Amino acid sequence: MQLTNRAKKTDKKPLTLAERTYLPGIAKGMGITLKHFFSKKATIRYPEQKRYLGPIFRGHHILKRDEEGRERCTACGLCAVACPAEAISMVAAEREPGEEKLYREEKYAAAYEVNMLRCIFCGLCEEACPKEAVYLRHDKFVPVFTSRDQVIYGKDQLVEDMNERYERDAWTKEEMQKLWEQQKPVNY
Amino acid sequence: MEGAIIIKGLIILGIFAISLTIAAYETYFERVIAAYIQDRVGPDRAGPFGILQPLADAGKLFFKEDFVPTLADKWLFIFGPSLAMLTAMMTSAVIPFGDSILYEGKEIFVQAIEVNIGILWVFGVVSLGVYGILIGGWASNNKYSLYGAIRAASQNISYELAMGVSIIAIVMMSSSLSLRTIVENQHGGNWNIFYQPLGFLIFLVCSFAECNRTPFDLPESENELVAGYHTEYGSMKLGLYLFSEYVNMFISSAVIATLFLGGFNYLGMDWVSSQLIGQFGETTGHNLATLLGTLVFFGKIFFFIFVFMWVRWTLPRFRYDQLMDLGWKALIPLSIVNLVITAAAELSGQPLIVNWLGLAIFIGLAYAYTFLFTKNKASI
Repeated sequence: MQLTNRAKKTDKKPLTLAERTYLPGIAKGMGITLKHFFSKKATIRYPEQKRYLGPIFRGHHILKRDEEGRERCTACGLCAVACPAEAISMVAAEREPGEEKLYREEKYAAAYEVNMLRCIFCGLCEEACPKEAVYLRHDKFVPVFTSRDQVIYGKDQLVEDMNERYERDAWTKEEMQKLWEQQKPVNY
Repeated sequence: MEGAIIIKGLIILGIFAISLTIAAYETYFERVIAAYIQDRVGPDRAGPFGILQPLADAGKLFFKEDFVPTLADKWLFIFGPSLAMLTAMMTSAVIPFGDSILYEGKEIFVQAIEVNIGILWVFGVVSLGVYGILIGGWASNNKYSLYGAIRAASQNISYELAMGVSIIAIVMMSSSLSLRTIVENQHGGNWNIFYQPLGFLIFLVCSFAECNRTPFDLPESENELVAGYHTEYGSMKLGLYLFSEYVNMFISSAVIATLFLGGFNYLGMDWVSSQLIGQFGETTGHNLATLLGTLVFFGKIFFFIFVFMWVRWTLPRFRYDQLMDLGWKALIPLSIVNLVITAAAELSGQPLIVNWLGLAIFIGLAYAYTFLFTKNKASI
């Protein structure tokens, strides 16, 4: 049975005299390495040069606001339940009169914490959220931390900044495929 | 006389400094060439294009802990890398790096010492080189080190034979052991490689083996012997071993270029020399021509260093029995055949034609033999 036409038939014939000197084989091999010597390099010099990771990369968490700047999160706790690493914890609170500009619904998260040592960036919180509030941004990493008190991210680091709103590049598979195709080939 | 001695001293110092610098930069270029062959870019962080990498490497090695294992023979343990380095540097003494410098009417050779047994000196010092590895491996008191050392010894002995016989063919052609005479006999494009393609091939393969470079790096084959003879070494003692390998590589390239590629000779050098003398006068012109010849020689050396690295990153390592087979059953008989052909060619008075004719006859005979004595006729 032939699966692909790339298979090479092995040849058990005894080696010819030229093959036994290995010289043609060595010359061929050295030709191949010389070709690679002059070919384009695959290296991306990382800190200076970054490649686009795609529109669905799961990076830094963000708690979205709606178009009027109100927090979408209602502290339902579904993300915390969905989280396999138990990284998310929150405290719910009731919205007081006069806070309508801040919170979209009557209940909101007074505290919302993600433990970045626990988080495995699986994106299940994003999937669980019924209010489209929590997302993992595709364009930003969680930065390296050096001490334990930097590890727990509170609302001050998670809630979206209205001056720099986070937009995802693509929402559907088709859009994403289009994006990949438009991209300039990465520096290979 | 005073000035001549100073110039000679400068030449010797220069050769010393240049071979050390080149050896240091070989480590950098080895990594860059390896990277390029594997579609990477190699070290590029230390300084522009990473050219300070050798300094960084040396600094790191110097600051590492320099320890001697408890059960090792302390003095031999120190003596091993020193001897490896010493023998590596000694060979460069007889290599003619250039023609000569005229100073106050005196000719000073661009060469540390001009001895009439130059190639014997090279050969003797190179065979001494295995002592550095052997002593280091033995003094480590570690079975893997000892295995590596013994492998190095047997490999060097096996390949020195074929190397020596292929040198004899060269010596027969130029009827002198002096490297300078051998170079001068190749003047005007009469490079020995055209007369002795087979000898060149044998010598090249043997010099790979003598330098313990891949495909012959069995003494330090890391997946069998941890790191071979330098398993127990660290710090700058390890650095000296690695460094001596690179010095050896430089010297081997220089010897190959001297013996087979005409040393500092290049095509049209007489014309260039006469032009320069006409332009700048007898002394300056001659010295400039010498400088040009030296540069050409270094170009040839760099080419061979590149070949060394190119081969290293192309070919996988031999198995031990394959190594011995190649040395004893292939290279030594071939070098003897080469010797016989060269002798016949020298006697005939038409060395170029008879050499190639002899080679053609030998290959024809080899084909005829396989045709007559192999069962599968289709396999020729």
